[in-house]
Amino acid sequence: MKDLSLHILDILQNSIEAKATLLKINIEENTKDNVYTLTIEDNGKGMSKEMLNKVIDPFFTSRTTRKVGLGIPLLKQKAELTGGSFYIDSEEGKGTILKASFIFNNIDRPALGDIAGVLVLTAASNENIRFVYQHNTKEGEYIFDTDEIKEALDGMSLNNAKVIHYLKDMIIENLIDIQYTK
Amino acid sequence: MTKVKSLADLKLMRAEMEAKLSLREKSNNSEKMVQIKVAMATCGIASGAKDVMDFLIDELDKRNIEAVVSQTGCMGYCYAEPTIEVTLPNQDPVVFGYVNLKKADEIIEKYIKNNELVDGVIPMNYETIEKK
Repeated sequence: MKDLSLHILDILQNSIEAKATLLKINIEENTKDNVYTLTIEDNGKGMSKEMLNKVIDPFFTSRTTRKVGLGIPLLKQKAELTGGSFYIDSEEGKGTILKASFIFNNIDRPALGDIAGVLVLTAASNENIRFVYQHNTKEGEYIFDTDEIKEALDGMSLNNAKVIHYLKDMIIENLIDIQYTK
Repeated sequence: MTKVKSLADLKLMRAEMEAKLSLREKSNNSEKMVQIKVAMATCGIASGAKDVMDFLIDELDKRNIEAVVSQTGCMGYCYAEPTIEVTLPNQDPVVFGYVNLKKADEIIEKYIKNNELVDGVIPMNYETIEKK
């Protein structure tokens, strides 16, 4: 996968599969400590300790349609390529948290890519899930919360080409304001 | 139209759009609309499923075709990603494989508009003998 946003898109599907109703995505650009951190947290059904130990194995998946599960291993590999780290924890019935830390100035740190598109497309396909995206830079923070969006849209569906377009613009404009790293 | 940057802008945009809205959002009658599911698991994403989804949403809107495009998981056709499942109103779903932007365009123009099958259908053996 070319950029970090595609990995996020991939990992979000895991949370959706786990029947999460709240999904928090957090990106922290810490230039001071030279760390770029992605955290994804959900309140889905979680995993047993046994399963948790297996998720970083590319030959493990909970799916029955195929025999490999590369989503998490690929993200882990990307993080570790930069000299960063990867952490995942989960509790059955409570949810899962995943953290990928990249060394900021490492040449192998993936570009963020079309994060706005990823968030909006996923939120539009899963309107019953609340997505909260938080992006912090040294210039400030931006929070995109689908609950606020739904309130503003007052019953109008997110899954509409024009709404998707406006929301993407909105996220990008706000990220530019906090001078996010592309 | 001006750009949306805050929630207040979004509310304004909503009011502006509501006047122009077609029946679909009001009635939410998805059975009468074209439904497309884009397989969006690791295999699909790595093969460009997101670009295909972006393309479908934009183009169907530009060509005034009422459709719902959503994400789904891996259907097991990882070798043929990106795959999409298209359900025309009152018809059985059809799965297409190797859907790049060119193929997606062909599917819109031929299959969705004229109900004319195009290459790349992955046969679905849904109907078992018992079902028949």
